[in-house]
Amino acid sequence: MTGPSCYNPQNSMTILIETFDLSKSFGDFHAVEGVTLQVEAGEVLALLGPNGAGKTTTIRMLASILTPTRGWAKIAGFDVVQDPVGVRSSIGMLTEHHGLYTRMRAHEYLEFFGQIYGFTLADTRDRIEDLLTLLELQGESSRRLGEFSKGMRQKLALARTLLHDPPILLLDEPTSAMDPSSAKIVRESIFGLRSSKRAIVVCTHNLTEAEILADRIAIIQDGKIVAHGTPEELKLSILGHPIMQVELATPLNGAKPALPDQVKILQYGSNWIRYEVANPKEMNPKVIEMLSISGFSVVTLTRVGQNLEEVYLRIVRDNPLRTEFP
Amino acid sequence: MANKTVVLSGTISGARLVASREIRDQLRDWRILSPILVMTLFFPLLMNFTAEQAMGFVGRYGASIVGDRLIPFLLMVVGFFPISISLVIALESFAGERERLSLEPLLATPLTDGQLYLGKMLASVLLPLLAAFSGIFVYLGGLYLRLGWIPPGQLLLQVLLLTFAQAVVMVSGAVVISSQATSVRAANLLASFVIMPVSQLIIAESLIMFWGRYDVLWLILLALFLISIVLGRMGLHLFHRETLLGREIDVLNLQWTFRHFKREFIRGSANVIDWYRDLFRYSLRSLRSPVIITLIVFIAAYVLGDLTAARFRIPSEAFQFDRLNETLESEFAQLGWMSSKGWTWILSTNIRALGLATLFGIFSFGIMGEILLMLPIAIIGYFAGNLGLAGQNAAHFLIALVLPHAILEIPAAILIGGAILQLGMTIMSPPKGSTLGESWITALAEWARISVGLVLPLMVGAAILETYVTPRIALMMLSG
Repeated sequence: MTGPSCYNPQNSMTILIETFDLSKSFGDFHAVEGVTLQVEAGEVLALLGPNGAGKTTTIRMLASILTPTRGWAKIAGFDVVQDPVGVRSSIGMLTEHHGLYTRMRAHEYLEFFGQIYGFTLADTRDRIEDLLTLLELQGESSRRLGEFSKGMRQKLALARTLLHDPPILLLDEPTSAMDPSSAKIVRESIFGLRSSKRAIVVCTHNLTEAEILADRIAIIQDGKIVAHGTPEELKLSILGHPIMQVELATPLNGAKPALPDQVKILQYGSNWIRYEVANPKEMNPKVIEMLSISGFSVVTLTRVGQNLEEVYLRIVRDNPLRTEFP
Repeated sequence: MANKTVVLSGTISGARLVASREIRDQLRDWRILSPILVMTLFFPLLMNFTAEQAMGFVGRYGASIVGDRLIPFLLMVVGFFPISISLVIALESFAGERERLSLEPLLATPLTDGQLYLGKMLASVLLPLLAAFSGIFVYLGGLYLRLGWIPPGQLLLQVLLLTFAQAVVMVSGAVVISSQATSVRAANLLASFVIMPVSQLIIAESLIMFWGRYDVLWLILLALFLISIVLGRMGLHLFHRETLLGREIDVLNLQWTFRHFKREFIRGSANVIDWYRDLFRYSLRSLRSPVIITLIVFIAAYVLGDLTAARFRIPSEAFQFDRLNETLESEFAQLGWMSSKGWTWILSTNIRALGLATLFGIFSFGIMGEILLMLPIAIIGYFAGNLGLAGQNAAHFLIALVLPHAILEIPAAILIGGAILQLGMTIMSPPKGSTLGESWITALAEWARISVGLVLPLMVGAAILETYVTPRIALMMLSG
């Protein structure tokens, strides 16, 4: 094996993943079309989309496993076509299926991958101990992988991914087909991997997962990115300004409540008011203050309806449109 | 730790890592271990018993030669049975790992395709070979103790090399098969493409051994090494990440196949003139190398035929042409020459021969197709050689009997030979970025373009010349 080793963090590079017009076709079928992305160090990007949308194909191109038919991608500065070994040294890839060798023991499995990345056995063993502790698998290193539960297997696969401390993590459906508690464990583990030196791409069709883990979300449909931005940006773009509902301790008695000018009252009932606000962080305290001055005590203040699921369904199911945020 | 990461140097170290993991896995799998142990220990002893009984039995009837030939044959069988497991291991290693979805994590590492391929090859071959060689020595030990038989050095070397070569051929074949299958089940079904030729080979080797022509085994060995090189190269070409993960379905899509063939056959030509222009500009140019190879092969065939004449001479009396007279014309007519019936018969025979050459070529990387096309050339060379040896002017006869129609027939044969070679070779190394199926259909379309556009018209012309012109020239030149 030749070529450069891992990504050099001393390079003053902040964009760790960069693609332009990345496309992949299998015969007449266009699996991915014109994906342009940038992921910086310290950022988590969720590729969100239905099954068969092209998420895995995109991830495989980023991992230099599949060759793009058009466009380019650079991973930690390495071109996915020109320098596949450099790319694969810089990434840790968690595949949708753990892909463990079930006859092997946990430590043997990780030692094997450690050696592939060029570590000595002693170095690998130290690293394995740290990782198993990090992922709460200490004490399991001598067990055969076939005896592991689903969650444990996925966590061990995550340990394999982190073995060489790569600057880029590509996680393909990390919690798919897992029970809620196993999924939660794995999700928490992934959440703990956020670091200022690392870029993470998570492929998922789990909206909660995307919202919890990601700084930015790219919604992919039929191989194309149809929406892209932070969860807030997406909500604002697709659903408009946040809608808040305030519940009062005392009834309004039919009177229209007085609220700041920047707030647009949508509806109100006997003891509740629903309003749209562009900047809830700034305006909500003022709303509460004004209501209090008017003699209305606030019981609850909640955001209504506008979750990522609604955004996703609107984009994917109802009306495919392209929304991009720089 | 990331800074410490160093990329493994050299293909071997990566391959060794892959191989050692797989071998360790095999040693933990009782389904692989138990047959290997049985083949290594029990089977050779059973063969010892068989050999002893057979020797005793045939000795009683004074046919000790049967026993003498049986012992080396059993030696080969003892070596072959354990290596047959290598096929199963290879299918498991390549198709099985893909099916169990454990291949993708490996593909995401810095290991190169070559390292993975070589590692898996080694892992598939090593344990069965070890078992085979151990079995051979257990068998020989038993024979020595029971019958005091020691194998001739050359025979032992041949059997060891044959065992090795057969294992490599089977594993290389299994890799090629696995690359075309998404599951072990599909790979097992396709494995008959390896099992059947290898079992035929074993039968042939047995006959050769019973015949006592051990020198022929060297030729088989040579052929096996060549085949393993071809299959190995083919496997290496097919074992790349793109193919391994790009292929998701095993369904035969006839509609797509036809569409692709049609597209490659027409190649965007608007009309026949356009099509012919493209045929000359593109197809003939891309066929240059295989055509040159075919031309060299034909020249070699002629020379070989000519040289064979000295070894297998036809008596000179057979070449007395002074008996040729006016009756020759009626004799030609009886053969169907100089009539429309004659040229259609010649054409259909030639087309069938070319069809057969293509069929043979498809299954033998083009080689058998070339051999079949070589035969008539070698026969012409052989007769020309004999004519020369009989004191006749060979060139005179060639001009009279061959040249008039060969002017069209030989270029047609060279072109079709080139197209067959290209078609066969495509299987061996499909162009990068194309699947095996895709590139094969493309090559088939190229073959069809050459056949329909050039070979067929040339063959029609040659058949007409052979029917109407050649006999007249022959009459003119030979009847004096």
